[in-house]
Amino acid sequence: MGKPTDILVIDDEQVVRDAVCRVCKAGGLSIEAVGDAHAGLERLQRNRYRLVVCDIMLPELDGFHILEAMRCAGVQTPLIMITGYSTMQNAVNALKNGAIDFVPKPFTADELESAIRRGLRYQKFAQATAGRGLQVGEVSDFSVPCPTSYYRIGHLSWARIERNGSGVIGIMDLFLKTTQGVRELKFLEADHDLVQGSVCAWITSHDNLVHDVLSPLSGRIVEANESLLSSPELLEKDPYFTGWLYQIIPTDLANELKHLTCCR
Amino acid sequence: MFARLSTNIGFRLIVIVGITTIITIGVYAYFNIHSQRDDLLSEVERHAMQLSETVKKSTRYDMLLNQRERIHIIINEIGSDPAIDEIRVLNKEGKIIYSSRKENIGRMVDKQAESCYGCHAADKPLERLPISERTRIFRINPDSARVLGVINPIYTERSCWDAACHAHSKQQQVLGVLDVTISLADVDERIRASTFQVAIFAVSVILVASLIIAFFVNRWVSVPVRALLDATKQVGGGNLSYTVPDLGGDDIGMLAQSFNTMTMKLSEARLQLFQSDKMASLGRLAAGIAHEINNPLTGVLTYGSFLLKRTENNPEVHEDLKVIVRETLRSREIVKSLLDFARQSIPKKSLSDINEIIIRSLAVVEHQLTMKSLKIVRNLDPHLPKITLDPSQMQQVFVNLLVNAADAIEDGVGTVTISSGLLSLSPQGIVHVKSARCPRGHDLISNDFKIEGMPSIRVKAQCVGRSGFIMLDPTYGRNRHHFEFEARDEEEMEIVCPSCGISLMVDGGKCEACGGRIFSFEVPTQGDFKFCIRKSCGWQRWAAVDSAGKKEYVELSVADTGIGIRKEDLPKIFEPFYTTKDQKGTGLGLAVIWGIVDNHNGTISVESEPGKGTTFRIRLPVQ
Repeated sequence: MGKPTDILVIDDEQVVRDAVCRVCKAGGLSIEAVGDAHAGLERLQRNRYRLVVCDIMLPELDGFHILEAMRCAGVQTPLIMITGYSTMQNAVNALKNGAIDFVPKPFTADELESAIRRGLRYQKFAQATAGRGLQVGEVSDFSVPCPTSYYRIGHLSWARIERNGSGVIGIMDLFLKTTQGVRELKFLEADHDLVQGSVCAWITSHDNLVHDVLSPLSGRIVEANESLLSSPELLEKDPYFTGWLYQIIPTDLANELKHLTCCR
Repeated sequence: MFARLSTNIGFRLIVIVGITTIITIGVYAYFNIHSQRDDLLSEVERHAMQLSETVKKSTRYDMLLNQRERIHIIINEIGSDPAIDEIRVLNKEGKIIYSSRKENIGRMVDKQAESCYGCHAADKPLERLPISERTRIFRINPDSARVLGVINPIYTERSCWDAACHAHSKQQQVLGVLDVTISLADVDERIRASTFQVAIFAVSVILVASLIIAFFVNRWVSVPVRALLDATKQVGGGNLSYTVPDLGGDDIGMLAQSFNTMTMKLSEARLQLFQSDKMASLGRLAAGIAHEINNPLTGVLTYGSFLLKRTENNPEVHEDLKVIVRETLRSREIVKSLLDFARQSIPKKSLSDINEIIIRSLAVVEHQLTMKSLKIVRNLDPHLPKITLDPSQMQQVFVNLLVNAADAIEDGVGTVTISSGLLSLSPQGIVHVKSARCPRGHDLISNDFKIEGMPSIRVKAQCVGRSGFIMLDPTYGRNRHHFEFEARDEEEMEIVCPSCGISLMVDGGKCEACGGRIFSFEVPTQGDFKFCIRKSCGWQRWAAVDSAGKKEYVELSVADTGIGIRKEDLPKIFEPFYTTKDQKGTGLGLAVIWGIVDNHNGTISVESEPGKGTTFRIRLPVQ
C-alpha cells in the first residue's frame, strides 16, 4: 500500500481544478483531479486519499449522493465541499450529512489552503480514532465536544439558544485544534447581519493562515465578546462558555435549526 | 357605411321584416280595396237593374195604352232623383223617344255607341243578352263623374202588337231599349274614401310594425351583439379586464355572462402565470448568473491571491495585484448580496395569527430592548382574523422594525409601541396600481421613478409640438404626480403611450368633477383607470376597485420615541443599499421588508418627526 495521495479534487470546471492544483502543489501536496463524480468515486475506490475536495453540484450527482456513495463503499476520507453561493443551503446541509467543511466559491488561495490544512489535520485525528468507531468530534482525546443542547454546524461552530430566544455563537474546539492555535482573532461589530453558513469571524493561526469561521445561524449581532480582544487565549481555553463570539437575534430560527446537529 | 350597415344583423332583420310586412299588408290592402270596390259596384248594378225593371213595369201599362204623356211624367218623376243620371227609352231605330233629360228626346243614337254596342256589335243584333253584359261604365265627358248604364231590352208581347195604335209589328222581338244610367259619383267617392282609409291604415300598420320590430330588434339583438362584438375586440386586443355589461336574462345575456367568466378566468390564469413565473425566473436568473460567474471569479481570485502572496518581495507588482484581489473580492460580495436579496422573494405562506408572530418577535428582541431599559407598549387587537402569510418572513419584518426602533432611541429612555388592529378602508389612498397598460398592451409602469417606494406610471404628454413625460402616482386617490412637462394650455394637451404613441384620451369622456377631458389606461384584470387632464382638478376614477368597495386590512405599527428620520431621507429609506447608519448596516434591511410586505400585497409607510420619533405602519389585506 503506497503512500496515499494527499488531495483528490472533483469539479466539472477546468479553471477550478487548475486553481486547486496550483495551490496544493505550491503547498507541497500531492493532488489528483477529475471532472465528474463517477470518475471521482472510481478513484476513491481504487486509491487512497487523505482528503477530498468536491463541488457540491456536479452534473448528474450532488454532494449528498457522493457522501452516501462514499459511506456505502466504506470510504472514510474526509470531504470538503466547495460551492457557489447559490447553493449555500445545500452546503450547510452537507455539513450535517458528513462533510467536514465547506469553502464557498470564489475563494482566495489562502482560504482554500487554510481549509485544506484544517482538513488534513482533521484526517490525522480521524485516523487515530478510526479503530474505535467513534466520531472525531465525540472523542475527548483530541478535542472537547459540544455541551448538551448546543447546536453545531459540522465541526466548525456552535450555537446556544437562550430562553429569551436570542442566540449565542461560538467556535468549536475541534475547529480550533485544526487551526493549530489562535494568534489573532478578528470579528464583526454589533448590528452586523449574519447569514447561516457565511463567514462571521477570522482566526489567524501561528502559521499565518487565516481561517474563516462560519456562522451557524442567520441573525443580527447584538453584542460581540469584547473580552476576546484583550485575551484571545480565552477562545481556546473555554470555547463553549466564556469564549463565546457573539450574541445574536436569530431571524429564521425554526427553519435553520433543522440544518444543524444537536449535541447530546 | 352602407356596406357596414348591411352586415349589421339588426339592420338586416329590420329590412326583411319590413319588406315582409309591406308585401303582406300591401297585398291585403290591394285585395281589400278591390273587393270593396267590386262589392259596391255590383250593389249599384243590382240597384240599377232593379230600378230599370221597376221603370219598365211602371210604364208598361201606360205604354200599352199609348199614354205617352203619362210615360213622360213617370220617367221624369223617377229620373229626378239626383243619383239617377238619365232614364231613357230608345226605339228600335235608335231614337230616344222618352228621356228624363228633355234635351235628349228625339236624338238618334249611333248603333256603335257604347249603349248599343252590347247587342249590335255582331252583324245580326242579339235578341238575348245576359245581364252582366248589359251594364257598362263610362264617362259622359272626360272629366265628369263615372256613370253606370244598364240597358234593358223591352220585349214584345201580344198586347203590344195587338194594340189599337199599331205602333209595333208582329215580327219585332225587341220593341226598344230602356237605358238607365246611374251616376257613380257617390260610389266613386266612397271607393276613393275607403281606398284612402285602407291605404292610410296599411301605411301606419307598416310603420308601427316596423318601429316596434326595429325597437325590439335593436334592444334584444343589435345592442347586445354590438356590445359583445366590442368586448371580443377588446379582449382580442389584450384587454382582459373588459367586462360586458349585464345584457338581461335571455340567451344573449347568458352569452355575455359566460363571456365575462371566460375572460376573467383567462386573466386569472395569465396573472398566475406571470406571478409565479416572474418570481421563479428572477430567483433562477440570479442563481444562474451567480453560478456562472463563480467559476471564472474563482480562477481570478485564487490565482490573483496566490500571486499576491508570492510577490511580497516585489512591492510594485504586489501593489497592483492587491488591486486585482481587492476588486475581485468586491465582486464576490456583490454576487453574495444579490443572491441574498433574490432568496428572500419566495415566501412560504399559510394562514396565521399575526399577534402570535408579533409576540414571538417581541420575545426575540425583548432582551435587547430591556437591556436598554426601554419601555415596551403592546396594543394588540385580540379579534384579528387570520391572514395568509409567511410566518418566518413576517417575524423577520417585526424583528427588524423592533430592532430599528430600539436603535433609534439613543439615550436609553424611550418607548417602543407595537400595535395591531383591523381597518375597513375605502380603496382611495390605499390601493395602488401595480400594472398598467396602453390599449396596445405596452407596459406603462416605470421602475426608474418611484413615488413613495412604488413604481410610478409613466405617460407622455404632448402639447402644440412639445412633449414630455409625466409620472403618475400609482396610489389611487393620491395626486403626488411628478411632472417633467408643463402644458401651456391643458385643453390642447394630449396624453399618449410613451412606447407606441397611441392616444390615451377617452373619446367623448368627461371628468365628473369639472367636465374636462379625461384620459385612461388599463389595469390588467381590473378595468380602466381614468384621470382628469386638468392638474388643478385631480379627479380619478378606478371603477373596478370602487365597486369592490371598502376592504378589510390588518394594520400593524411599530412606533418609537427616537431620533426620527429627516424629511429628505424619508422617500429613500426603502431603497436597497440606502442606509443612514454609515457602515454598520448592509442597508438591505428596509428594502427586504418592503419586498416582503409587497409580496403579501400590503403596504408599508413611515411617519417621522426628527427628535420626536418614527412610526412604521404596515397594512395587510384580509382575503
